[in-house]
Amino acid sequence: MKIRVDPDKCQGHARCYGLAPEIFDVDDYGQASVIVDEVPPELEEKARLAVANCPEYAIEIVSD
Amino acid sequence: MAQTAPVSDWASDFDVMDPQYLADPFSIWDSLRETCPIPHTNRRKSSWMPLRYDDVTAIAHDIEHFSSLKVAVIPADEDEDPNENFDGPNLEYGLPPISADPPLHTWTRRLLLPWFSHKRVDSYVPLTRDLCRHLLDGFSDAGHADAAGDYAQQIPVRVIAGILGVSPDLSDTFTGWVRDILEFADDAERRQRGAEGLLNYFLSQLEERRSRPGDDLLSELLTTEVDGKPVDDGIVLGMAALVLIAGVDTTWSAIGSSLWHLASHPEDRRRLVAEPGLMPTAIEELLRAYAPVTMAREVTQDFEYHGCPMKKGDKVLMNFPAANRDPDAFADPDIVQLDRAHNRHVAFGSGIHRCAGSNLARMELQVALEEWLTRIPEFSLAEGEQITWAGGQVRGPRVLPVVFP
Repeated sequence: MKIRVDPDKCQGHARCYGLAPEIFDVDDYGQASVIVDEVPPELEEKARLAVANCPEYAIEIVSD
Repeated sequence: MAQTAPVSDWASDFDVMDPQYLADPFSIWDSLRETCPIPHTNRRKSSWMPLRYDDVTAIAHDIEHFSSLKVAVIPADEDEDPNENFDGPNLEYGLPPISADPPLHTWTRRLLLPWFSHKRVDSYVPLTRDLCRHLLDGFSDAGHADAAGDYAQQIPVRVIAGILGVSPDLSDTFTGWVRDILEFADDAERRQRGAEGLLNYFLSQLEERRSRPGDDLLSELLTTEVDGKPVDDGIVLGMAALVLIAGVDTTWSAIGSSLWHLASHPEDRRRLVAEPGLMPTAIEELLRAYAPVTMAREVTQDFEYHGCPMKKGDKVLMNFPAANRDPDAFADPDIVQLDRAHNRHVAFGSGIHRCAGSNLARMELQVALEEWLTRIPEFSLAEGEQITWAGGQVRGPRVLPVVFP
């Protein structure tokens, strides 16, 4: 699975980081980013949770 | 306090300070969402109040039609000078970035955000935990406490004082000023007193930092440069005041409401004690169900929004708490489900004004509940004792008597 954060939509709620710090980081200004090239299978469920909890709809699954 | 006539028609004459709304806004939202999801009032000022998730978030993102220059839910009189007796720098920009639109919003927000990054917030955890334990030491053997006044109210103000670099000994005074400004805003005299007290205090603190800078937020604002120039004194003062105002009533209300929930829902309380790993998910659910903050926007031009004829200068009350209870966005929204997996709540707002202190608020709420539940796992509302709720801009319990073994 590949996912990305749309930097124009992200407003720094940090819900993704709270749910899956293994997949996301958030910088000092609240900008989230994906820190893995591929989401390992055991973390896919967490990635989907992050997508479903982002208040800005800023996270998308690029390929499943 | 201005007395307002009882509301008989919530669709065309709502009042967020009405006793019925303070006691139970939830059922009012539920019936309005079905019949009139954007009610209007002419009380105080022509104002609209979107209640659906999609409307609240759409308006929060439409900064062209909805400005943040005036964010107070209870507006001041048009001809009232908010700073009549204040002899300091010009506060024409209010409290940026909350009361600002881009571009002022953008750069003032960037100055504040690093102070509330998750890494920085992690460094405030030990202090917060010690503070909670110390407060619990004060009453955990007594068998009863005011969970709002003795506990919730005491936590965020002291953490924020540490960040600002001002004395935590003045916490009760800070809390008084902030409540005057936010909760008693219908009382012009009281609002004025709170604003003057707070502004004059920060003015003297800034003067002190100018000669003896420290490693606190106030000192950084004074020494930082933007585009090669120091930040205007009025903007520094507004930002300092904002951090205190926004960091006190809000988080205290969230902690208080959460303790009210756990006191009155023993099955949830026992589950949280038995499954501490559930805490982060539970925190988000408590924030959703008891989101404390309603903000305002100002309509920038006459236009029609979903059939509502909005006029330039009208107020829009951004009812994030009501959005969080919208059945179109959340299954069984009035039921607290501590393990709710899909929870796109907007307790911290939405769009460019997302609460800059959200990481701090979450941490304080989590540490406050963890420490309370560790020390007092069993507690309930004290029978026959009055609970009082504040509402309007910030909703939460102000007196919350609880008993425990």
